[in-house]
Amino acid sequence: MSVRLGGCEACGHVHHYPRVPCPFCGSDRIAWVDARGTGRIYSYSVTHQASEPYVIAYVTLTEGPTLMTNIVDTPHEEIAVDAEVELVERDGVPFFRGTRA
Amino acid sequence: MSIRGAACIAGAYEHPLRKAPDTSLADLHAQVAAGALADAGLTFADVDGLFVSGDAPGIGALTLTDHLGLRVRHVDSTDTGGSSPIVAVGHAAQAIAAGKCSVALITLAGRPRSAPSPRDWWFLEDPSVPEVPYELPFRHTVANTYAMVARRHMHEFGTTSEQLAWVKVAASHHARHNPHAMLPKVVTVQDVLDSPLVADPLHRLDCCVVSDGGGALVVVHPDIARGLDRPTVVVRGAAEAVKGIAGGRVDLTWSAGAISGPAAFEEAGVTPADVKYASIYDSFTITVVVQLEDLGFCAKGEGGRFVADGNLISGVGGLPVNTDGGGLCNNHPANRGGVTKVIEAVRQLRGEAHPAVQVPDCDLALAHGTGGSLGTRHAGATLVLERTA
Repeated sequence: MSVRLGGCEACGHVHHYPRVPCPFCGSDRIAWVDARGTGRIYSYSVTHQASEPYVIAYVTLTEGPTLMTNIVDTPHEEIAVDAEVELVERDGVPFFRGTRA
Repeated sequence: MSIRGAACIAGAYEHPLRKAPDTSLADLHAQVAAGALADAGLTFADVDGLFVSGDAPGIGALTLTDHLGLRVRHVDSTDTGGSSPIVAVGHAAQAIAAGKCSVALITLAGRPRSAPSPRDWWFLEDPSVPEVPYELPFRHTVANTYAMVARRHMHEFGTTSEQLAWVKVAASHHARHNPHAMLPKVVTVQDVLDSPLVADPLHRLDCCVVSDGGGALVVVHPDIARGLDRPTVVVRGAAEAVKGIAGGRVDLTWSAGAISGPAAFEEAGVTPADVKYASIYDSFTITVVVQLEDLGFCAKGEGGRFVADGNLISGVGGLPVNTDGGGLCNNHPANRGGVTKVIEAVRQLRGEAHPAVQVPDCDLALAHGTGGSLGTRHAGATLVLERTA
């Protein structure tokens, strides 16, 4: 599994999560598109409601749509709005981590 | 069709309990219903419309209609989360205007403190809900989705944790006059900043309380209101809107209040500058900041500066907000604060708020609620209310 997007063949826009019909124009002509797995952090929160803090985030993919995820394998001080991130899958779940320079 | 002036809020009642280990959910609903009807000077026999939401026991309005022995000709079980009772007032006004009922009872109650139930949050985990597979694995909570709203607001507009804290400080200044408030102690900005981080940047004192209890409202035809021995509170405008993650076009900087607010003001024929008192849903401090902007009390991005330095404190600032102490200090029954927002607005319009927080000559008030999460999908509902006699 990577991150699957819905590409609308009628209006040309890409959406997430993928579905039929297109949430923008209502067309049922949707082609599944795999995202490249790169993007930037739109917003995030270091969450302390657990034994170990974890980072929830919205990441805006290079293709356009923004999705909910966790930022993993990244020191908290390197996590910021607009920081570049890349896909890292774990048990089929799409997490993201800071892009190594 | 406009509902301006089509209905009046004749009864309002807030349950005094904040913890109800020995009172059933059905009894809480029955007690708040009886309280609001007594407040209006009406009885269960007068009710011909029932408006409830997801916190009610059973299937929508069916169980309570039967349980309370009502003879209704109109029912409405619209569920928009915490904003449901505010939506219900608008829907009741529509039904009354259409002649479908003349005495509408709205109830809300719950026991999330004494008896938390998986039913309270089923929609976050049920695999038949389409967004669940794309959100549940990431351990989203109510707090951390609102925290992402706060983070983005800080990034785009320079809003600070100190500014957010002022919302809590104002609530605490009001709550000290409320004998039923869960948290009646005055706090400072520093107290908020020193409280533990729940979901960065939100601290524990940025979050509302979890409480049992409830409240109820009675909305009636103006002809009935004229025959009652209570000040008349007229529904001048009402609107609702839904906003979500929009197929991935996520924008956390504004809420559905940006749609429901202007629509309600237009129907009422007034502007934010005319409002003397505002009940603004305060699940978190950031909730108030975003909604105040969206409702037009200040420009987008100026909410942090607007709430600072006591501007929301009655008798101190320019816009008294949540003079009962709000969800941040008073109560948040059933994890749904909408009904208390309307109740305090009614108190202010009647001149029945605590004298220490009563707004002088309060003849126009607003109640606005958010149900769901500003960080994912939510419904905003706005009411403009006026005292006419």
